Order: sequence, then structure tokens, then C-alpha cells
Amino acid sequence: MKKLSYDVVILGGGAAGMGAIKGVLSQNASVLLIEREPSTGGVLNQCIHNGFGLQVFKKELTGPEYHEMYLETVEPFDAMYETTVLDVNFENSVLKAINAAGIYEIKYGALVLTTGARERPFEALRIPGSRPSGIFTAGLAQHFVNLENHLPGRRAVIIGSGDIGLIMARRLTLEGVEVEGVYEIMPYQGGLTRNVVQCLKDFNIPLHLSTSVVKIHGRERLEGVTVANFSDGNPVSGTERFVKCDTLVASVGLIPENDLVDKNIETSNDGGAVVDELMRTSVDNVFAAGNNVCIHDLVDFVTIEGETAGKNAARVAKGQKIPKREGFFKKGKGIRVLSVHYTTATVPFKMYVRVEHPMNMAMLKMNDTKLKVVLNAKPSEMIEIMLDPTKYNLKGEIVISATEVKK
Amino acid sequence: MKIAVIGTGIVGSLIAREFTKYKVEVEMFEKLPDVGWGVTKANSGILHAGYDDEPHTLRAKYCARGNEMYTTLSKELDFKIKRVGSLVVAFNDKEVKTIEELLERGRKNGVKDLKILSKIEALEVEPNLSREIIAALYSPNAGVIAPWEVAQAAVENALDNGAKLHLSTEVESILEENGKYRLNTSNGIFSFDVVVNAAGLWADELAESAGVKVTPLHPRRGQYILLDRSDLVKTVLFPTPSKAGKGTLVIPTVHDTTLLGPTSEDLTPSEKNSTETTVEGLSEVIKKAQKLVPMVNLSKAIRTFAGLRPENDIKDFVIKREKNMIHIVATRSPGLTAAPALAKDVVEDLAEKLNLRTNGEFRPKRKAIPRIADMNERDKEKLINQDPSYGRIVCRCNKVTEGEIVEAIRRGARTLDGIKFRTTAMFGRCQGSFCTVKIMNIMRRELGNDFEDIVKNLPKSNIVDGVVR
Repeated sequence: MKKLSYDVVILGGGAAGMGAIKGVLSQNASVLLIEREPSTGGVLNQCIHNGFGLQVFKKELTGPEYHEMYLETVEPFDAMYETTVLDVNFENSVLKAINAAGIYEIKYGALVLTTGARERPFEALRIPGSRPSGIFTAGLAQHFVNLENHLPGRRAVIIGSGDIGLIMARRLTLEGVEVEGVYEIMPYQGGLTRNVVQCLKDFNIPLHLSTSVVKIHGRERLEGVTVANFSDGNPVSGTERFVKCDTLVASVGLIPENDLVDKNIETSNDGGAVVDELMRTSVDNVFAAGNNVCIHDLVDFVTIEGETAGKNAARVAKGQKIPKREGFFKKGKGIRVLSVHYTTATVPFKMYVRVEHPMNMAMLKMNDTKLKVVLNAKPSEMIEIMLDPTKYNLKGEIVISATEVKK
Repeated sequence: MKIAVIGTGIVGSLIAREFTKYKVEVEMFEKLPDVGWGVTKANSGILHAGYDDEPHTLRAKYCARGNEMYTTLSKELDFKIKRVGSLVVAFNDKEVKTIEELLERGRKNGVKDLKILSKIEALEVEPNLSREIIAALYSPNAGVIAPWEVAQAAVENALDNGAKLHLSTEVESILEENGKYRLNTSNGIFSFDVVVNAAGLWADELAESAGVKVTPLHPRRGQYILLDRSDLVKTVLFPTPSKAGKGTLVIPTVHDTTLLGPTSEDLTPSEKNSTETTVEGLSEVIKKAQKLVPMVNLSKAIRTFAGLRPENDIKDFVIKREKNMIHIVATRSPGLTAAPALAKDVVEDLAEKLNLRTNGEFRPKRKAIPRIADMNERDKEKLINQDPSYGRIVCRCNKVTEGEIVEAIRRGARTLDGIKFRTTAMFGRCQGSFCTVKIMNIMRRELGNDFEDIVKNLPKSNIVDGVVR
């Protein structure tokens, strides 16, 4: 077994991991990236559409461009590619990894988890019928089209209106695949409004809200799906209709990837790693950033979070004391997701929240203090709130809530 | 002496292997593109202890003995078996009576180590069991296996001992002609001295084509829900059985996932391909599983599926010999458990009657595909040293390496399901969304085929359709 030792080890070289590398290097600490794939970039490599970089570079870039441009700003670093971490021993701060050269035991001063998210597979939805080929997660369909130059099929139905599903509706249409429609079980869209407009409306692809797939047909290759209207999560009897298709693309949710660590660090009920504003987890020398903390709308925020995590991880690895947690946030009424669950109440920071359901005018509150009013709040669009310990009392229990207000 | 075995499920594959212990030519016929893809692929995978079966049935004759034989068989063929034990739980006094009867019956059937546990004792064995139970029948000898792994192993071993395998070759009819048997197949005509019909759901129709009357079969469908890895249960949990069968179970699988099911739906004889799941079936599975284990969490579901079991009216196996032709029909539950004993008896009986000479060169052992995830560090390093592709993880959910996938291809996997059922890649929580492309690239490299030629399982189950402009 080969042995290595670094100040900071980073798991995953996507947008958050690259940010973390930069954060560590800014503190003159040693850093090792462990990445499964042969290069950095993560999912950015297959996101050839634009819309990346508006915050970080003030430019609209494609995923690969964003990756390249950001990488140019990072000093050289040590990395192990095509390497998978097998387990982490949190007590001794040592992990085991495997690659084609063998097994490694790697000691770390601090660890940064930037493992991203995975897609909920269609199979997990327990939709009845047969089990033919032709069913893809949106990310897999995107991988086939953008990286392998192959089409998943000729006539597609998209289930779920998450961002990758919307983007794939446009991508497939541009490649000559007939996209019959996007079906969303909820009465509102799952992705960004910008994507609904640019990916569906501009291409006349119908978005069927409160409608979803109730049955799969076809023994070998997919032959069609039965869809039905839904009310309160249940199909409305009598509204079933058959839709002929050979391809079903599922964009039915992303799950924070914490498989390796979720027995040892605190995670929230949606599976995300629970962190404070320094991006520290429940284990003092373990940090986390990006989609394994909570699912983000924009890659730019992921990168910035990664930089914070890397910087603070390096401080801990070098033996600096960082402040302890003073306040903890609770999801109040109308809130589905909080990006940060604890605070040291020492520095101003940004928190992202998602509302539970769409609101025309949402009043966001911290305990009884009004924070801001948001017009047209949707679960699919993160709301930023700035929290400054010099302005607010951020100690003790803090309940964040969102309620509909009338004009 | 030429022997044909029709069907490569658990029964056919073990019979074919058993025949290679003699100096005969064995040929296996399978209508699907891979072995063990019929009844064997989708059932509960349980080695039953043998207390369920009424004495004097073939089920009772073979179940406990088959269960015992699996221990040696798993060593010879190197497949995973977990002796997790089982609990049949009783929720009321009437059910307690039933499990007491099962205990008695089990003793008559020669089942060892059975005992009735009190509620507290049962909860000690299985902490997540419902608190509503009042007693349970415990058997430490029940086990779990992945049935298809046994069929693959038996076929590989039979091939190693000289047998031949015809895949994608459907035997349409059997005709007796001048003391020999003519098999009319989708790939031409073959002639044999001995024929064993182990065609699963179609065994009745095939027997009929040869002019042999057997009890007709109908499929009994079982729907299942597979949950992700967890420590939810340690033993196989059964409700108290009823007329409809053994009921819906909660099963800790050999792959550390949890399986809920099956339902028990009698379909018509024309529905032998009806492996669809239904709303009603899946809801029933959930309701019944949650009665046994209230904390069953459906957000952990990674897949649903259904399988069919061959059922007849007499609810027992039928072994019918007509000269040198043997029909094995209705290997319903506990057919999987019974299979090794049944195969041994069938072959030994025939060998004696035909005076077959034993094959002194028979090699009983087969090695499984190496599995990095199950090895200690020293063995991992050693294997990676010999072949670095065993250090490249392809399936992140189940930690399956490139080396394992290449080895599965070398052993005959030609489809994504062929690789899935040999390596457990694509079997985990992401259901292949991360590794499918990697696996297809390995297949392309190893087999020289295009992406368009790669299928999930059946010939028209292509994954991609054409290229980007």
C-alpha cells in the first residue's frame, strides 16, 4: 500500500472542487485532488450550452469554457485521476483510494467534500409497466449526445421539468429528435424560468404541468408511455392517454452525493451535507461545498462556495483556530431548502434558500425580523439572503420562513 | 450418447452440469440471448428451510436436501450464499397455531434446528420487526442467493467440462424418430439420444409437442421493489403462509440490498411474457412489507420488477419420464431450493438406466469473476498488480472495476444485462446513469461492435439510435 500525506485532500474535481483547490492554494497549504474521471470539470464537460460564468467572469460561457477559464486562474496542483475513494476514516483523518496503480492510504489535515450530486433514476419512481430500453436520465442522454455523438432515439418524452430535462429538450430538438412534450407532475415548473423560455417556448415544445407518466409500454425497446393528469400527487382517473415514443428522458431530481460519508457527518433530510457558513461539516476538519451540500441553480455559486471551503480547510489543516458555531438555522414555514445550517456569527455571509411552493409575493423572515420581499418566488429559483452578524443577532436558534403577503 | 438439455434456468443448468460428470455429449438450448434469464432471473432468491411443504410431495422430498446441497455447491461453483436465517411471524393466535404446524411439518421433512421464538426473542434477532407480532418460527438454515449467478456458474462449469451451449435458440418441438429425438429449433434441426425438458414456463407446451401429457402451466406473477443498501433486516421475514402461498417477504439480498415482494397473481397460460408491474401490485407489496417492518422507507427504492413462476393445479413439481425423454414441469417454489437435489436424482436415475460411464476428468470447480469490492487490501493490490484494470472503478455504486467487466465479456456477456447480472454494475442506486456509457465503451473496445449494436437484453432493445449530425 502506498502512503501519502497532504494538508488538504479534495474529493471531486468539478466546479466546487476546483474552487476548493484555489482556496487551499491561497493559504499556501499543500493540496491533493482525487477525481474519478481522467480530468477536472465534472459535469461541466458535458454541459455545452451557455449560461455559465455570469457571476464569476461577468460573461456568458459554455460549461467547457467556464471550466477552462477557471482552471487558468488556478496554480498547478497535485491530482490523482481515475481514482476512487473506498473509505474515509474520520477519527484518524486518513482515507483509502484505489486506481490502476494500486491502493493508497492518504493522510489529510483537512478534507473537502466536493462530490456533487447524482440524478434520481427513473426506476426509483416505481412507475408500473414494462422495463424496456430507451429510458435515460437527462444526464445520461446528455452524455450520449454531447460526448459520444449518439442519439438516444427518434421521438422523446421528457418526464420532469428540472433544468437538465429542459436543456435536453432543446438539445434533442436541435439534433433532429422529435420532442413530444415535457410532463411535470407538479403544478409548477421544476427548472429555471430562463430555461423554460429558451429551451421550450422558443422551440414550441409543450410543457404539461400537473401531468405525468403512469405506465411504460414496450418489451424490448420503449414503444410509448401512458400519461395522466395529476391532482394532489395522484393520477386523475379517466385522463389517461397514450403517447407514442421510443425515448423517455427523466429529469426528476438531483440527490446530493454523500454516499461515502453520510454515516459520519450530519446530513439534512434531503441528503445534503449540513455545513456552517465556513462550509465546515459536523466533523471539525471536514468541509463540503457545491451540490453535495444543496442543489444549486448556478455553477458560479458552487465555485465560490468551493473557494470558501478550501480556504477554511487549509486554515484548519495548518492548525489555525476557527470560530465555533453560535447559531443554528431551522427551516420554518414555506421553506424547502437552506444552504447553510449553522453560523459562527463572525462574518457576513450569503445563504441560499428555496421556498416550499410558488408565491406571488413572498416575505422572508428570520425569526420575527423581516429580511426581504421576493416577487414571483418559485422552488426552482434560489433566493439569496445576506446575513451580517453586525446587523442581526445570529446566535441561538434562527427560524427562516417564507409567507405569502398581499400587496 | 448425445444429451440435450432445454432451458438454462436453475434446473436446466444444474442438470447439464450433472450430466458432464458422465462420458456423454451435452448440449444446452436457451431461447433467450443469455443463461438464467427466465424464471431464474426474477424471484426471491431464497433457500427455503423446507417446513412449508406437505410430506409426500416432491417439494418436500427435495427442498431440505437441496438446501443442504447448496453449501457444497457454492464452494464448488464459487457463488455467494448467505445463511441469514428466516422468521415466519405470527400476528395472532390462529397464526401461532399455523407456525406450530409448520414446525411439526418441518420436523417430518427432516428440517433441522427449527424453533419457535417468543416476541422478545424474535425482536432480538430482528430489531426492526413489527412490535405487533406475538411469536415467530425461526430457521437458521434459510439462506439467500442470486439465482442467476448459480445458473451462470453451472453453465460455465458445464462448458468447462465439455458441454455445448446454443443461445438464442428456441426449441419449438420435440419429435421421436427411430429411437432418437429430433429437436426442431429456431436455428435448425438437431438429433439427440436423450432429451431433458427444463423449459420453465414453457415446459408443458414443449412436453405436449412431444406427445406427452403433463399438468398445464400458468404463470404466477410476483412483483418486487428493490431498496438500496441498508441494515433494515438481517433475516428473511415471512408472514404466516396462507392458501395463496408464502406471502410477501422482506429479504436481505446477497448484494446487501433489501428486496420486498412478491405478490402472487395467477395469470392465464397465454400471459407467459407478462412481466409488467402494476399500481395495485406495487401498493400491495408496500402495504404487506410495512406490516412486517413498519420502517420500510420507499424513498430508498431503486427499482421495481416482476417475475413469473410456473404454477400448476396440483401445486407440485412434475417429473415425467417417457423413454429417454424427461420433462421437468412446474418447478414452482421451492424449485430454486430443490434444484440441486432434483438435478442429481434425475441425472443419476437416468445414468443408471442407461449405464452411463462416469467422466474421470470431471472438474467440479469453477472460479467466480474476481470482485475487488469483496477483497481484502492485500488481494486487491495483488490483482491490480497483475492487471491494472482491476484498479479502475467503473460502477461507482457497487464498486465494479473495468477488469470485472472485461472478464464478464470474456465469459459470454454480450448485452448490458449480461454484464449487469454477472458483475452487479448498473445494479445499484444510480441504475446505470453514471456507468452505462463507460461500459458500452468497454464493450465496443473488447467486442469491436458499434454503439448502435449494443442492446440492453433482447435483440431490439438497442440503447442508442443513430449519430449526431
